[in-house]
Amino acid sequence: MPPHPESWLRVTPQGLFCEPGGFFIDPVRPVERAVITHGHADHARPGHGAVLATAETLAIMRTRMGEAGAGAVQQPIRPGEVLHQGGVAIRLAPAGHVLGSAQVVLDWQGSRAVVSGDYKRQRDPTCAPFEPVPCPGGCDVFVTEATFALPVFRHPPPEGEVAKLLKSLALFPERTHVVGCYALGKAQRLIRLLREAGWEAPIHLHGALASLCRLYEELGVPLGPLAPATVANKAALRGAIVLAPPSAVQDRWARRLAEPVVAVASGWMQVRQRARLRQVELPMVISDHADWDDLNRSIDEVGAPEVWVTHGRDDALVHALGLRGIRGRALHLVGLGEEDEGAATEAAAPLADGEHAAGHGLDQGIDRAAVHGGEAG
Amino acid sequence: MSVPAFAALLERLVFTPGRNAKLALLRDWFATQPDPDRGVGLAALTEELVFTAAKPWVIRDLAVARTDPVLFALSHDYVGDLAETVALIWPVRAGVNAAPPDLAEVVEALELTPKPELPALIAGWLDTLDASGRLALIKLITGGLRVGVSGRLARVALAEWSGQPVEAIEEVWHGVAPPYLPLFRWLEGKGEKPDPREAPVFRPLMLAHPLEDADVAALDPAQWRAEWKWDGIRVQLTAGPGGRRLWSRGGEDVSGAFPEIVEAMDFHAVLDGELLVIRDGAVAPFADLQQRLNRKQVTARMMRDFPVGVRLYDLLFEGAEDLRPLPFDARRARLEEWVARVAPARMDLSAQIAFGSVAQLSEIRDGARAASIEGLMLKRADSAYVAGRQKGLWWKWKRDPLSIDAVLMYAQRGHGKRSSFYSDYTFGLWRPTEGGGEELVPVGKAYSGYTDEELVWLDRWIRNHTTGRFGPVREVEKALVLEVIFDAAQLSTRHKSGVALRFPRIARIRTDKPAGEADRLENLMSYVEARGAEGEGRARRPGRLP
Repeated sequence: MPPHPESWLRVTPQGLFCEPGGFFIDPVRPVERAVITHGHADHARPGHGAVLATAETLAIMRTRMGEAGAGAVQQPIRPGEVLHQGGVAIRLAPAGHVLGSAQVVLDWQGSRAVVSGDYKRQRDPTCAPFEPVPCPGGCDVFVTEATFALPVFRHPPPEGEVAKLLKSLALFPERTHVVGCYALGKAQRLIRLLREAGWEAPIHLHGALASLCRLYEELGVPLGPLAPATVANKAALRGAIVLAPPSAVQDRWARRLAEPVVAVASGWMQVRQRARLRQVELPMVISDHADWDDLNRSIDEVGAPEVWVTHGRDDALVHALGLRGIRGRALHLVGLGEEDEGAATEAAAPLADGEHAAGHGLDQGIDRAAVHGGEAG
Repeated sequence: MSVPAFAALLERLVFTPGRNAKLALLRDWFATQPDPDRGVGLAALTEELVFTAAKPWVIRDLAVARTDPVLFALSHDYVGDLAETVALIWPVRAGVNAAPPDLAEVVEALELTPKPELPALIAGWLDTLDASGRLALIKLITGGLRVGVSGRLARVALAEWSGQPVEAIEEVWHGVAPPYLPLFRWLEGKGEKPDPREAPVFRPLMLAHPLEDADVAALDPAQWRAEWKWDGIRVQLTAGPGGRRLWSRGGEDVSGAFPEIVEAMDFHAVLDGELLVIRDGAVAPFADLQQRLNRKQVTARMMRDFPVGVRLYDLLFEGAEDLRPLPFDARRARLEEWVARVAPARMDLSAQIAFGSVAQLSEIRDGARAASIEGLMLKRADSAYVAGRQKGLWWKWKRDPLSIDAVLMYAQRGHGKRSSFYSDYTFGLWRPTEGGGEELVPVGKAYSGYTDEELVWLDRWIRNHTTGRFGPVREVEKALVLEVIFDAAQLSTRHKSGVALRFPRIARIRTDKPAGEADRLENLMSYVEARGAEGEGRARRPGRLP
């Protein structure tokens, strides 16, 4: 009987560790051998010895952390190629998350584990679509993310969200529309969606986005005319689209633009309070993660009898799996979900209401705050 | 106008940060929407429209039945708002092809439909709407739209749109009912100003500014009158031939919660005062009054155990005579004379405090030990009674808060806009165990006082130092000291520690202080204040002399 993945794929402080292969997947600390699913900073960290990843992910890592940071030995693996390490067969399958993103398929002694990394099922013109890797055996495990694993997250078609932005541009042609989006993946996807929707004018980029956009173009993703967003020339940015990292849209940088309409493209924008919290005037629900329906659909398509959840809303997903008779296990991996749409990044954004967070939103009726406001006088 | 149009208005209001932009949206709404829907929308925004048949639990049950109780609870915990949770989680039914309902149609159907048929009716509507339409509908039928539009803001928008002064609109507001057809006729110049006649209406309250140190020196004792600032809820009493009403500070009708006060309003006048729980002439701590709040119905037992009264501050109308333009001293004389003559049950006069100098007044303020006193009110002798917060007429001069260094024990995610942050903190103090050791006992919970940056820092600290999870609550390593300030400490049998804090809030994060050096429960107990000792006692607070 093939060994259960539990016996050869373990959670360690550094991250998920494949014992017979002697390598980690997306380790959070420098290790000797790492397999990296994609280039977001919480998955691809600097300082590893040998790094195995897609050529695109390695290129992204070099762009972000320099030749030295991307691994002493960098080994690209082609789609469909199978490598053997300590008796473990390793191959990568597209995850549809960002350019180069991959799932890690591990086979050892007839036992298979598929580690999804981050993934989505919506169409993305900048990367290969997610490919479900069916698990035929009886003791296999699908390791999934759960960033948006609550049934309130149902991402609408991104084309409609882009249409909202274009409609606002038509309504306010004198205002600069600044869209907060993550530098890797979201920015380029948004640009491609805008081009598909007919926006041919130059799209202006905050400095933090430029190098990755350049890299995407080098890797064969055309983005059309791009220009630096120099605040000094604010008149030229009237009616323009400016893309900036989410942290920049809320600080002084964005406020120096011409009457900016602040938009943010993120799956979190689905929840009204999140959007309000971040003073977003134009929330765009565009996510590079699977929503609730797609997470569940993917798990069903993979068909593993057991699912491990790396990070995100593991509680809800594990419960939903239990209802369908699938064994679920929360791994509580630390350090994930900190770049793109992870909760920690969200929390780092300043709050909306002036200097201090206001008190609880209180229900109607008489209540200390409602009647008295703490300020009766 | 259909529900989706109202949903679009709500959506824009929610995400529009500026007051001016909100006013513009409301003006546009009044100008473009037909009757009666614009009035229905206005009533919904200002929460004048209240449905009793469709309780939030009805909506919740509908959604739970279509999903799963655990998933619903987790989602609700995350989103923070019940209506939004239902709106987002509602599963789309394939093949529904009905038109979304009209706003007025919704209101009418809710009134006419027998209660057992309501859930099916609501579910049918929800099936026709998208997520934002569902949210608008649920908010509408359960009340509490919370889009940042107060009744006041809506009336300002009505004023700006129509050109009528907002005060004139305030005065007729409670005399008209949704959908406000006579009001709109008047504002559009097509009809007479609605006459509230004898109908009891709310008059906007006069409010005070906090007194800053810089203002203190400028006070001339001869021109100012002092009273205690009582820790209850500010109310307006309106009584006359047209009826009796007890209004909260914001103009909500709270008569139903305090029937014994309404019963005692056997006169024709408008008064301003503080609602308090008073036993044998002594004011009870605010915690006692809290037992009486948020109740639509009151039991005889509640009325017996928590007897309320009103301490009178001001007389706005005597009979039909409007006293508001008179100087404070003149109104005060009329009030004293009125109280002596009418002698209303359950009401007494807020005493004036004699003082010869500001320094003396400061001493009096610092000496006020009773928990029921928040500090002092200073009123300029010649001030007319004007609506709102006008600088230089009335000051509030609160006592300095007390403070303890406590250890963070548990954290919970907030609600509403802070639903993704661990923003509610349960903190504790050390006390000896029977075995001779030391243990932490929780003494309170705070969810304000920190800056945005501190909230983000705390949230991250909590996530990184979690030792246990209980639903939405996380237990953390007992390693972080918080400086907590509060207005008073009161004995409590409902708390494990035996003490309850008034208005606790986080003043500082004390990363410099090891948890072992946080305060002990006995330190807090020394702050507990004797009940009923109004204005008397030792000055133990750090006084701030002018």
